[in-house]
Amino acid sequence: MNDHHTNAGEAPMSYLDYTVGEPIADTRAPAGPIEQRWDRRRFEAKLVNPANRRKHRVIVVGTGLAGGAAGATLAEQGYHVVQFCFQDSPRRAHSIAAQGGINAAKNYRNDGDSIRRLFYDTVKGGDFRARESNVHRLAQVSVEIIDQCVAQGVPFAREYGGLLDTRSFGGVQVSRTFYARGQTGQQLLLGAYQALSRQIAAGNVELHARTEMLDLIVVDGRARGIVARDLVTGEITSHLADAVVLATGGYGNVFYLSTNAKNSNATAIWRAHRRGAYFANPCFTQIHPTCIPRSGDHQSKLTLMSESLRNDGRIWVPKAKGDTRPPGQIPEDERDYYLERIYPAFGNLVPRDIASRAAKVVCDEGRGVGPGGQGVYLDFADAIARLGRAAVEAKYGNLFEMYQRITAEDPYTVPMRIYPAIHYTMGGLWVDYDLQTTVPGLFAIGEANFSDHGANRLGASALMQGLADGYFVLPPTLNDYLGRTRLDPVPADHPELAEVEAEVTDRLHLILAVDGDRTPDSFHRELGELLWDNCGMARDEAGLRHALARIPELRAEFWRRIKVPGTGAELNQALEKANRLVDYFELAELMCLDALHRSESCGGHFRTESATPDGEAARRDEEFSYAAAWEYTGDAPVLHKEELLFEHVHPTQRSYA
Amino acid sequence: MLMASATRTNRANRTPAAPGRPPSRAAALWRSSVGKKAVMAVSGLLMLAYLVAHMLGNLKVFFGPDDLNGYAHWLRTIGQPVLHHGWFLWLARPVLLAAVVTHGVAAYQLSRRDLKARPQQYVHRRRQSTYATRTMRWGGVILGLFVVWHILDLTTLTVNPAAEEGHPYQNIVASFSTWYGGGIYCVAMLALGLHVRHGFWSAAQTLGVNNPRRDRALKAAANGLALLLTAGFLSVPVAVMAGLVR
Amino acid sequence: MNLTLRIWRQQGPDTPGEMTEYRVSGISEDMSFLEMLDTLNEELILRGDRPVAFDHDCREGICGACGMVINGQAHGPERTTTCQLHMRHFEDGDTIDVEPWRAGAFPVVRDLVVDRSALDRIIGSGGYITAPTGSAPEAHATAVPKEAADLAFEHAECIGCGACVAACPNGSAMLFTAAKVVHLNVLPQGAPERASRVRNMVGAMDAEGFGGCTNTGECATACPKGIPLTGIARLNREFLRS
Repeated sequence: MNDHHTNAGEAPMSYLDYTVGEPIADTRAPAGPIEQRWDRRRFEAKLVNPANRRKHRVIVVGTGLAGGAAGATLAEQGYHVVQFCFQDSPRRAHSIAAQGGINAAKNYRNDGDSIRRLFYDTVKGGDFRARESNVHRLAQVSVEIIDQCVAQGVPFAREYGGLLDTRSFGGVQVSRTFYARGQTGQQLLLGAYQALSRQIAAGNVELHARTEMLDLIVVDGRARGIVARDLVTGEITSHLADAVVLATGGYGNVFYLSTNAKNSNATAIWRAHRRGAYFANPCFTQIHPTCIPRSGDHQSKLTLMSESLRNDGRIWVPKAKGDTRPPGQIPEDERDYYLERIYPAFGNLVPRDIASRAAKVVCDEGRGVGPGGQGVYLDFADAIARLGRAAVEAKYGNLFEMYQRITAEDPYTVPMRIYPAIHYTMGGLWVDYDLQTTVPGLFAIGEANFSDHGANRLGASALMQGLADGYFVLPPTLNDYLGRTRLDPVPADHPELAEVEAEVTDRLHLILAVDGDRTPDSFHRELGELLWDNCGMARDEAGLRHALARIPELRAEFWRRIKVPGTGAELNQALEKANRLVDYFELAELMCLDALHRSESCGGHFRTESATPDGEAARRDEEFSYAAAWEYTGDAPVLHKEELLFEHVHPTQRSYA
Repeated sequence: MLMASATRTNRANRTPAAPGRPPSRAAALWRSSVGKKAVMAVSGLLMLAYLVAHMLGNLKVFFGPDDLNGYAHWLRTIGQPVLHHGWFLWLARPVLLAAVVTHGVAAYQLSRRDLKARPQQYVHRRRQSTYATRTMRWGGVILGLFVVWHILDLTTLTVNPAAEEGHPYQNIVASFSTWYGGGIYCVAMLALGLHVRHGFWSAAQTLGVNNPRRDRALKAAANGLALLLTAGFLSVPVAVMAGLVR
Repeated sequence: MNLTLRIWRQQGPDTPGEMTEYRVSGISEDMSFLEMLDTLNEELILRGDRPVAFDHDCREGICGACGMVINGQAHGPERTTTCQLHMRHFEDGDTIDVEPWRAGAFPVVRDLVVDRSALDRIIGSGGYITAPTGSAPEAHATAVPKEAADLAFEHAECIGCGACVAACPNGSAMLFTAAKVVHLNVLPQGAPERASRVRNMVGAMDAEGFGGCTNTGECATACPKGIPLTGIARLNREFLRS
């Protein structure tokens, strides 16, 4: 297995030569009424005798909402959990940055919400590219999540009567989003982190912080461990277990600029993919319309502002191209309130993808504002005139403050500038109803898997899915796997361990040995721009083919020109970046291929060739009502289609005109 | 084997450090940094209460020798006839001594711990916090030394220039008439003011009586108390040195 | 703008470190402090020198990973995290001193990276509510008075960056510990473990080698999330009544 040499660009395969393999199906979801499937699955699942659980080691990689919740819960149940995070503390996982809230079908408002409605909204929001069984289970479990988090002391917003407050979010008609000011992710994560900390102190979880998973160990066809690098000493070690759970988040950072944390990366899922886990729908990425635009080439990441700003702000650009006058000097009749013009019914409140794409279109026309013309105005002048400054401040004060801190512009007097940014990735490792990947014993939870959001994610659903997977879904299905499977101990001198360790070490040495003249960030920026331009909100065949041709060149250049000072036997952040970049190159190619083959417009992305006569996204259910699960071969990938059946929510075409 | 693992699981589900009763509450309190600090707060407040009474008594000096000496004599009669003459003072002294000692020992131990917790200083030093806060340690040492001097000067009269037993007025005037007697006293009282200014609010914080509503009032009270004490105590040597009291 | 940086460089925990001078030019005032350091690091890499190691992740002020002492102040001159500090708060030609968090309980790992795992162990000693998954009652079973919920939230905002410890002349973790104790102890859910929580957390704090509180208030001044100093008073009260 010397295929890491393909990294060095010696034998570039062509992704375009992909083949279509056998269809794949989710065989784990029980048949029967959708409301009863999760109950039935849990009942049919094998149990592990509580006394035997501590004999099972389970590796959990990642400590975000999904990983933290899973680690704590499995340890509470008696398993011996070995948990990894590359941050210095489990509390820093990027779930912490989620602002908005978490959905749950509690119907506390008596406004007609129900599990059925949350299920319906999520399937529809995902533009009919998610699995009904999974989504229904998610809606069912949502109710328990809130109970669990409240019991842990998560300080959700409350009414004066002491009961929980909710709000409506992301254009949904019911008020089902629970929140903790603008820091819901932080508070939910701290709840999981505290539960995890309790288990660490009790000795049930063995935590390896500042340790990054670099490969998966598969023995006799089953996931039996990982190879990880201690980021402080550089030591490469194997860790064995009876099952491996990946909770390593999304891959939005492949774009370099995104709202993800700087160190969020795709290495864990990509290495698992190379070891046999199918990767599903890699081109399904979500772009958030209200981010603060980049201020220059130095920009290292993008900051998101709550979508709620669009409730009162009006979005516009100058009518004329290259109009560089300050916004205050552009008269009313020379402004184009383009969302209100094109979508009179919804105006500035069109869904995320439409708002994002429209912004890109006007900027591509040369009418963008701010540095580099990559921005549009979000103007509160009317709202301030209508409601008064105090009312606007009460609603959005903290967001205005954040904007002002970053840009040094006062949004009360100068319109905000916003631009879309990569925010979330719906694609991920393919998993069945049990959250198990195509490698037995390897599970993927949270954003790392592909299962629940289809082609677009509803606001306030990411936190729900992460916690659902970690607290409630994975523990019983993992139980079933461990209860059903006879696992012989893997000896510490098993040849597979040495082989995988050697591959990992070799790759780091290869990177260090190049000693070229370009930094990891310079390559990452270039790759990100290529993807953003060609595999972002709007894609077309020519662009995707261009990207597919350019990525191998860039990768080859990487292996000629990368420069990483220092050694592998120390804290070396440049080496960490370069090593992640190697995987991004491969992932980027698969994303472009997936985008190329899915020649429909769907969910968060728009395929220029697939539009309705009035220019809106045209989904093509006859051809594309499937999840695309890609198999890694070392050569051209193989596509396995999982057909999606809609028995309960019937596909309709969206219309916002 | 089965038994063992079951036990293990049970333990895992319990609060890990679920406390077996600590040996004694007082010992546990003294061992912890927060408890030790509380001991300092209580002993400090005790001394502060004593100082307020002391300062008020000192003001008798402005009513002449008979008033002050009479007051000093009266102090020895408190509690009579239940207590013997002078017993009240002898009962108060161990309490005060205990307060001084625990305050000092706790301060010493906490300071050692604090210095160890910050072994390396910043290269770029920046003036931090208020003067009163920064001088708590050295101010405390100065006050401790002063107390020794003060007792030798006006209680045991060992170093007093007049040393007339039973005539505190004459002793005070004699002491403050020397440049060093008045000087030492004045420096010590300024240190006292600073110490009380931070110490009083700090004690409120340490004993947990502070909250956002009370914070300003407590700080004002600390400043007022510090000012009153210092002014009250200083008025005597200043009056002596100015020749108003002789 | 052009700047002179004096940065603490230290290879590892057991090797001595020193301030090393660098010059950076072409710094935009819209850069964050970390982006300014990125710029320096890009130059260092191309020169074949080891880049300056520093912890960072979300770069939006919530994960608590970043933190350095800038000109003697934890997180620098503004009340925010280092990642949200922008270069417009400095002048062209400034000399800026950059040092790691200094505390006995935070050993230096490398350059500006320190080991803050002691804070995690304080949380592990009692900074939680024991509520194993699945055991929770219906969320509305207990109403929480809004004042209690707001007070809990105010303290729950702590991001665990360690600026309070770095700023404290005694290297004390009282504000950090107070934030978690108050968050959980004022909620009805946290009441059953109220006494053991505060006892164990204060015990863990002492055992980790953090200093005691001398109420200098430096911690609350440095805290990017504005955890109030009165939280420490509450911690003390909780401890004394436990």
